[in-house]
Amino acid sequence: MDFNEAVQVLRRIPIFSKLDPAKLKLLAFASDYLTYDDGEVLFKEGDLPDSAYIVDEGEVIICAGGDDGTCDVVVGTLGRHDLFGEMAIFRNAPRVATIRARGPVSVMRIDGDMFIRLVTENPDTALGVMRMLSDKIARTTERFELVEEQVRSMQSVADSAHPCAPARIEKP
Amino acid sequence: MEPSLFRYIFRYSRPQQILLLIFTAASFPFLYLTLELPKIIINKAIASSEFPRTFFGFTFEQVEYLLLLCFAFLGLVLVNGGFKYWINVFKGQLGERMLRRLRYQLYSRVLRFPLPQFRRVSQGEIIAMITTEGEPLGGFFGDAFAWPAFQGGTLLTILTFMFVQDWILGLAAIALYPIQIYVIPKLQRRVNALAKERVRTVRKLSERIGESVTGIQEIHANDTSELERADFANRVGRIYDIRYKIYRLKFFIKFLNNFLAQLTPFFFYSIGGYLVITSDLTFGALVAILAAYKDLSGPWKELLRYYQMKEDARIKYEQLVEQFQPAGILDEELQSEEPEDIPDLEGTVIATNLVLEEEGGIKVVDGATFSFDARERTAILGASGAGRSALARILARLLIPTGGTIRIGGHNLLALPQSVTGRRIAYVDENAFLFAGTVLDNLFYGLKHRPLRAAELIEDEARKARNRYVSEARASGNTISDFDADWVDYESAGVSNPEELRERVIEVLRVVEFDDAIYRMGLQSTSDPVARPDLAGRILEAREVLHKRLNADENLSRLVEPFEEDRYNENLSVAENLLFGTPIGDAFDLDRLGENAYVLEVLEKAGLTRKILETGGSLAGIMVELFQDLPADHEYFERFSFISADEITEFQHVVRRTESAGLDGLEQAERSMLMSLPFKLIPARHRLGLIDDDLRDRLRKARKVFEDNLPASLRPSVAFFDRSEYNAAASVQDNILFGRLVYGRQQSEQMVGALISEVVDSLDLRRSILDLGLNASVGIGGGRLTVGQRQRLALARCLLKCPDILVVNGGLSALAPATQTSIMKGVFDELAGRGVIWVLNRADQARFFDRALIMEGGRIRENGRVSELDQPGGVLERMAAAE
Repeated sequence: MDFNEAVQVLRRIPIFSKLDPAKLKLLAFASDYLTYDDGEVLFKEGDLPDSAYIVDEGEVIICAGGDDGTCDVVVGTLGRHDLFGEMAIFRNAPRVATIRARGPVSVMRIDGDMFIRLVTENPDTALGVMRMLSDKIARTTERFELVEEQVRSMQSVADSAHPCAPARIEKP
Repeated sequence: MEPSLFRYIFRYSRPQQILLLIFTAASFPFLYLTLELPKIIINKAIASSEFPRTFFGFTFEQVEYLLLLCFAFLGLVLVNGGFKYWINVFKGQLGERMLRRLRYQLYSRVLRFPLPQFRRVSQGEIIAMITTEGEPLGGFFGDAFAWPAFQGGTLLTILTFMFVQDWILGLAAIALYPIQIYVIPKLQRRVNALAKERVRTVRKLSERIGESVTGIQEIHANDTSELERADFANRVGRIYDIRYKIYRLKFFIKFLNNFLAQLTPFFFYSIGGYLVITSDLTFGALVAILAAYKDLSGPWKELLRYYQMKEDARIKYEQLVEQFQPAGILDEELQSEEPEDIPDLEGTVIATNLVLEEEGGIKVVDGATFSFDARERTAILGASGAGRSALARILARLLIPTGGTIRIGGHNLLALPQSVTGRRIAYVDENAFLFAGTVLDNLFYGLKHRPLRAAELIEDEARKARNRYVSEARASGNTISDFDADWVDYESAGVSNPEELRERVIEVLRVVEFDDAIYRMGLQSTSDPVARPDLAGRILEAREVLHKRLNADENLSRLVEPFEEDRYNENLSVAENLLFGTPIGDAFDLDRLGENAYVLEVLEKAGLTRKILETGGSLAGIMVELFQDLPADHEYFERFSFISADEITEFQHVVRRTESAGLDGLEQAERSMLMSLPFKLIPARHRLGLIDDDLRDRLRKARKVFEDNLPASLRPSVAFFDRSEYNAAASVQDNILFGRLVYGRQQSEQMVGALISEVVDSLDLRRSILDLGLNASVGIGGGRLTVGQRQRLALARCLLKCPDILVVNGGLSALAPATQTSIMKGVFDELAGRGVIWVLNRADQARFFDRALIMEGGRIRENGRVSELDQPGGVLERMAAAE
């Protein structure tokens, strides 16, 4: 992906859509373009964040658990033109998940400081970020409700199973 | 040291001063004759007619006699000049030797200062005192006795002559001397007081400059440069005031003196004239006396000048010496004594009522009484300020307690010479200091106590120079130890020769977990292929093996782009692709390659000028668009831009001109601005699409043109990339890699590093690379290493000398706790059966020790076995919980 393509990719990211073209180009110019092989780790849970990423080609998986970057549970996958890793930068806190390449992947890496600066200097972008974060909260809430529902139904299964329990514990 | 300047001079240069006086006295008759002979020549050879004359049994005619006298005169002039030359050289030598002795003594005293003294007197002051303040004294040492003797002698001769002529006028000539002798010292005393103040103020000035240098970061961080400037201006203003006052007083003294000197002729003319008129004095006598008086004023003035010089030197000396007599200065014997057998320090450490009182009566250690076996592992614990650090320093005999005793085995620790404490006890501090030099120099620092094996002097010339040096050093009371000798005490490191010591070095570096870092430093160093052709050959071999491995594995080969003569390298800049080598010196500075006349010539020859200009034009357009809206001080200019913030306006102008007038319409200066831009482009990194295949191809050809036409004068300025040749200007790692890591692969550095490491091991190269790392410079004060690295190295230095007792005072504080613990265990293994005393910051680390001393408010609160103290609910558990 050369510089001009990178600009096009960035423009498609919702929070950058309102960004001044010169700024967008600067962002594209200052970003790194990295490639990974299947299974390579982009960053690990607990790492200190220094950049955000945009997938150009291929897929990455989001993993939870596993201290040394091994993948216990796959939480989700990200594909072409997805932005990730920006949350840890906003929070300035360690990464909460591990990201791994699934098959060959190429990404754009945006410097964290630059990302924050662009967002804080530009009101339109800031609004974009707020919208994106609200979306994420909404999605998370939805999922949380879903999970809660599941827990409740499991609870009721457990409750209904309860009467049998003493019978099993009782020794003959 | 001698409290007075003259006693000092007398003590150290009595025979020379006497010799100087004798020579001065011996020169008088010849001086007198030189003055006398012209008179004889005129009166008896030219104006006389009594010839022939008989002289020592020879008969002379007038012309012969004249020639004889003239040659005698010439001879006298030579003798006289010879005397003067010899006396001056002798005085110079005397002065320089005395200055050398004084500096040596002052420096030796600095080495004996008690440590707390360095809180009172700054580095800047000490440097100024030893270097600049001593200097003017050198000139005075030679003049101290000879000069007043010479001038006084001359004065006396002339006075005698005057008294013989007429005692009244003789008296008149010296009538005002009492007034001068009374008044001038009074004025001089004021000059002296000012001179003292000047010395003090200048000292403070050097101290302040030293502080500004050390604290420069704070000055920048707090925007206090104006405050510092004001302070400095204040101080130099004060010095100006003092010096101005001194000048005024000095010249006033001169004025007064001149006036008084001219007052005497006034008496001669008035009284003498009257006497001639009343015929009590002959006219001839008055003229003679007037002439004699004229001669008299010269030496008298010189004596006065000497007096002022002497006062100045006296004050400088006193001010200097006063600073070098601090209370508690170590006895000289503690540093000079060296017992035949250095005793081992073992047995029980018994401290009784130790007190360390600081200025202001604060007791840092207050009545500490304890004992433990010197072979135990003892932890010292306590809150910061509890006195643990001071206690550790006392145990290492770095601080001398103000009260109490401390014994190790049968020895009184406080009375042991440093030849015992400095070899049997090792001490490492949080602020471990490294000296400028190589890693190895610093590791061996703890083994260099005395010159052990004289340097081999093969050439006769070198031996003579050494003998001269020794006799000179003796004449100035300096040590005659040869700095160039081999000082390394292999025996005390437990080895018998340099090879074994090298092995031992690697071992101790492993203990402090520093061997990997040294290996990496070795990879980053350069190696001289002329001095080590074998090593260069093996590195070349490593290069081939590495590339074979790279080619064999597709995953690896993607990580490195090798240097290939007939291919454009995507991961090198345009400049590097064109030069295709490592620049040596500044001739082909990569950042300024676009301005280089030869490079421009090559571009022209390769038909590239137009293409580069066009690329520069497009690049300038992009840069201006990206960066023109950024504030000038924005960090992105530094990080990303091809154009600096200062140039952006100029480039905006050039870009506009290119749009309106085209590239051909540009002026020469504008064209060269554009020409220089594309040289920094790295296609794989910048991805601007400006370097097309055609340009690649032509640059690759230009590379050949560059090499083929390079004039001989520029040949030494570049080491070309050549697969079969060692590149002396590049690091060992770059030589092995012979290529560039590709951009955009995060793991490439790590993976290629591991591969290089494998190749290095397979060729048995690790040892040689470690040696290169060991010979890498640590920078001034170890500045090229991190604090943690400095601490590790200082600890390794301690281990190397196999101490009986190792005292670690927060010596690994910059490392992570887990690393600290792991190194601590390694140290215990290394020093099994020897004593380790460790000041701990963390109570939970105490469980690795045999014994714990817990301090509180300068006293020992607990002293017991860790197994007893480390009980549930015990003191150690409580301390650990509080952390």
